[in-house]
Amino acid sequence: MKKYTFTEKKDTRSGFGAGLAELGKTNPNVVALCADLIGSLKMDAFKKEFPERFFQVGIAEANMIGLAAGMTIGGKIPFTGTFANFSTGRVYDQIRQSVAYSDKNVKICASHAGLTLGEDGATHQILEDIGLMKMLPGMTVINPCDFNQTKAATIAIADHHGPVYLRFGRPTVPNFTPADQTFEIGKALMLNEGTDVTIFATGHLVWPAIEAGEALAEMGINAEIINIHTIKPLDDEAILASVAKTGCVVSCEEHNRLGGLGDSIAQLLIKNKPVPMEYVAVNDSFGESGTPDQLMTKYGLDKNHIIEAAKKAISRK
Amino acid sequence: MPTTEKLKKVALQVRRDIVRMVHAVNSGHPGGSLGCTDYLVALYFEVMKHNPEFNMDAIGEDVFFLSNGHISPVFYSVLARSGYFPVKELSTFRKLNSRLQGHPTTHEGLPGVRMASGSLGQGLSVALGAAQTKKLNGDKSLVFTLHGDGELQEGQIWEAAMYAAHNKVDNIISTIDVNGQQIDGSTDQVLSLGSLRAKFEAFGWEVIDMDGNNMDEVIKTLNYAKTQTGKGKPVVILMKTEMGFGVDFMMGSHKWHGVAPNDEQLAQALAQLEEPVGYNYCGDY
Repeated sequence: MKKYTFTEKKDTRSGFGAGLAELGKTNPNVVALCADLIGSLKMDAFKKEFPERFFQVGIAEANMIGLAAGMTIGGKIPFTGTFANFSTGRVYDQIRQSVAYSDKNVKICASHAGLTLGEDGATHQILEDIGLMKMLPGMTVINPCDFNQTKAATIAIADHHGPVYLRFGRPTVPNFTPADQTFEIGKALMLNEGTDVTIFATGHLVWPAIEAGEALAEMGINAEIINIHTIKPLDDEAILASVAKTGCVVSCEEHNRLGGLGDSIAQLLIKNKPVPMEYVAVNDSFGESGTPDQLMTKYGLDKNHIIEAAKKAISRK
Repeated sequence: MPTTEKLKKVALQVRRDIVRMVHAVNSGHPGGSLGCTDYLVALYFEVMKHNPEFNMDAIGEDVFFLSNGHISPVFYSVLARSGYFPVKELSTFRKLNSRLQGHPTTHEGLPGVRMASGSLGQGLSVALGAAQTKKLNGDKSLVFTLHGDGELQEGQIWEAAMYAAHNKVDNIISTIDVNGQQIDGSTDQVLSLGSLRAKFEAFGWEVIDMDGNNMDEVIKTLNYAKTQTGKGKPVVILMKTEMGFGVDFMMGSHKWHGVAPNDEQLAQALAQLEEPVGYNYCGDY
């Protein structure tokens, strides 16, 4: 079993900011738009270095999405930045018509997704955004797991032609993936090979999944851990290959159990290889105020819930 | 033939296309289409510098965005008759497997369309984005937009209007089709717009009035509007039109917003819109 370590915890949103600043240097067509949340989205560096390619739009997210769609006409690659709630639910029709249906090369970059934004509470804790975005034809949906991976994903999506939803968050989490990684859209990453159960995790749930795998090993359970950073397009091949080996599944995500990663995996399995499956996800509810750790425990998204889900999935084989 | 006379003939042909297109599928929006015909004909046949060899990026050419996408019949007819796609394709309007969807879209690859519209209020934002890209690219050409007056009830329009003035987006000429009508009745009955001049001026725009059903005035005003660009302010034209203009029984009523004429009504309409035979762009498809 591979042992993962980290030297520091960092926020994924800072990975986005670092990736965007690097893109500013390497790709003159990249432009950035922000709806009055420059500090929260870590877009300061890009704004400072490339002011002529940075657009402050104010508290007007619908306009921001439309502007971004229009800016693609003439060859720009716009990256929009605001909280996940205002990046998706608030502007769904603008994304649907002006970006997705209009085939525009816009990168919708969303911070503070899920419960882990903490104390601000449910108005800001969107748990439906993956579902909303993955339902749009042609949309790519990416939820990286740490600082390094978010930075690499930010850089990679500039070279992908088409609309992308890039989801990240506020808390600091272990930064364990390589700084020099190449991010491949749609490619699942094997973290630990196993034979008893496959744990598919995305975003902030990847590290707890690794920890759960270690704890399960101590109990004599050999769990396979796979990082699904791209929810759409899903890496069908990698998922089916793993399930053929393990015969049962746990999906882990900081999202409503309806419409997220788990549902995408379930749909794939129903068609190809039905096996016992457990969801680690929010059980169709809103969040609330609290610290990120408190919320992840209360809503069933921590390491212990992953361990229990794995045991249950195995028991149903 | 003087320009105005030519354009009047084209407008007559476009109006014939509109009523025939909506009649053929018994659906579509003739009222606003007929009202905006003179504007769109002037734009595509005289005012805009554009290339029917369509390229999405529109480098070095003027672009037009139709924000009130339901008046697709007039848009399609003008695009076809200015060379973007074969005129005979107008017969596929709203039919299965057509590039001429009920509301315009880029999704089927129809030349001349750069954004989908139909869900109202989004076109101004998109156009402003395109205008800012033109500035980044050092491209001096212009961006034109058309909106319904009822569409101004959408909040996004005013987000965009505020943004345009703040950022001095002065390479855009927006036009509002002020016909005073929307689906459920007059704009005054449904949700009063008040003084659009006062509103746009308060939002920092240069405001110009125009009679949208007088070809002479449309050409002159659009050319004047071009002289008002590049001065640090976005430009808006308040275009007074008559919904259904050119067909007497369709004029002045919201009832023809989204209703197609029957066989008898089509014959009546075409009798009022005499086919301008013998001119380049004319002749029914």
